[in-house]
Amino acid sequence: MSIKNILSAIMMLGVLSCTTTKYQTAEITGTRIPINNSITADTSIQNFIKPYSEHLNETLDTPLAYNPTNLDKSEGELNTAIGNLMADIIMEQVNPIFHSRTGKDIDFVLLNHGGIRASIGKGNVTSRTAYQLMPFENEIVVVELSGQKTRELLTYLENSKTAHPVSGIQLKVDKNYKVISAKVKGKEIETNRNYLVATSDYLQTGGDNMIFFKEPVKLYRTDYKLRNTIIDYFTKIDTISTAIDNRYIQIP
Amino acid sequence: MKRRNFIQQTAAAGALIGLGGLSMSFKENTRKHITILHTNDVHSHIEAFGPNDPKNPNMGGVARRATLVQQIRNENPNTLLLDAGDIFQGTPYFNFYGGELEFKLMSKLKYDAATIGNHDFDNGIDGLYAQLPHADFPFIISNYDFSNTIMDGHTQPHKIFVKDGIKIGVFGLGVELQGLVTDSLYKETKYLDPVEVATDMARILKEEQKCDLVICLSHLGYNYSYEDKICDVELARLTKDIDLIIGGHTHTFLERPEVHTNKAGKSVLVNQVGCYGVYLGRIDFYLDHENKIESKGVSIAV
Repeated sequence: MSIKNILSAIMMLGVLSCTTTKYQTAEITGTRIPINNSITADTSIQNFIKPYSEHLNETLDTPLAYNPTNLDKSEGELNTAIGNLMADIIMEQVNPIFHSRTGKDIDFVLLNHGGIRASIGKGNVTSRTAYQLMPFENEIVVVELSGQKTRELLTYLENSKTAHPVSGIQLKVDKNYKVISAKVKGKEIETNRNYLVATSDYLQTGGDNMIFFKEPVKLYRTDYKLRNTIIDYFTKIDTISTAIDNRYIQIP
Repeated sequence: MKRRNFIQQTAAAGALIGLGGLSMSFKENTRKHITILHTNDVHSHIEAFGPNDPKNPNMGGVARRATLVQQIRNENPNTLLLDAGDIFQGTPYFNFYGGELEFKLMSKLKYDAATIGNHDFDNGIDGLYAQLPHADFPFIISNYDFSNTIMDGHTQPHKIFVKDGIKIGVFGLGVELQGLVTDSLYKETKYLDPVEVATDMARILKEEQKCDLVICLSHLGYNYSYEDKICDVELARLTKDIDLIIGGHTHTFLERPEVHTNKAGKSVLVNQVGCYGVYLGRIDFYLDHENKIESKGVSIAV
């Protein structure tokens, strides 16, 4: 073996002993760091965000309509002015589109009281108002329900005893919240026909335990977001006009 | 801060005690320091919360996060910044700009990688695809098969980062989309079993690619006590060769990383920092030549 060979053998050995020495974790520390106002904001990042936020705020805060009274979902027994507004907006905004696509009309609208996510103060309403009222991305769907499932819907309302927003239906309940009368387009609900009910995709998929919506005769997607129905409506009108009325009432 | 120490006896460390003499040839300081920073479920929270926010007053904000990340990178350039998904949806910034600003800012903060959360499909798989040009960082997701979708070829099942000679293998796991996201949004994305995929990924990264550290970016969720649904805690127990699981989806505010025991009896860290960019998670790994590590094994102080 030549010296050269011996040298390269030694070098090989050296290389091998280094490469085969693996790294292994000796110590780990973990923590979480609160991001609070003790940390100075990075100005280049702030400046980068600025044009986006200015455009956004300008759009969100542009007055679209005027609201003459404070509207809050706690005011009202089985129907509230704010809930009536939301349900009526859906009927008004969605039915023309639904009619043009299917030749049919929505019979009534049902939302959930919990889905009214904010109140609307007296004054100008803006897109921001709509975002506060409906922060989620829920879309309107039209559900074709059998007469039987429509009965289950009424039973749900009897049990929940809550001002779930409705439009297009006239409900009278007794002192125990049992339905005395449920009229759609002036006629009592019948078990032997189907009804077209507009609601949100959240409720249709069983949200708020509205399981009667889950397996409908037919489901129509509208691709129209609940929030956008509100923004489009605010854009269209000048002054909000809504009130507690007799669409869903208790007869003592 | 309450400190808890977990000392783990490792077979390898025990076996090498007698070979300590070999390390004499390495006179230099061989200790390596890797810092992992992470966020999850930031949900388009670009700006900090206002002083009147009922839950997180004066917290969060991307511009502050940028300062903090830069400070830590200045201290230790061998830092990775990772996100565990649900970058999108939650403020009008997403509705107005479709995620463009979120991706641009994450690029400016030099995120090294992110995985994909269910809400990242909120503008459809096409909406996610459309924003990819704004992201200068890779999306790592191992259990979504995108081959029949527009996202095909635009994500990676795993990626290896080398910092100061240390190989860090990262893979990603997404939550089952069916029932969580409207199918018209995720289209033909196929969900693959997270445990099977994680087992495979950990084997590839640890055994084949010889990574020194293996990190799982998970959007499975921290723990489901009432549901038989795979979660980070279960994943930790059912797999091996994963050092850290960075979680998301359940918006779980863990005060400190948790230490679980994996299938091979070794420690695995599980962490999640809530949501909305209110906290930054930080895990520091100190590594050394295996023959320099004392027989007591890994010291975990969390």
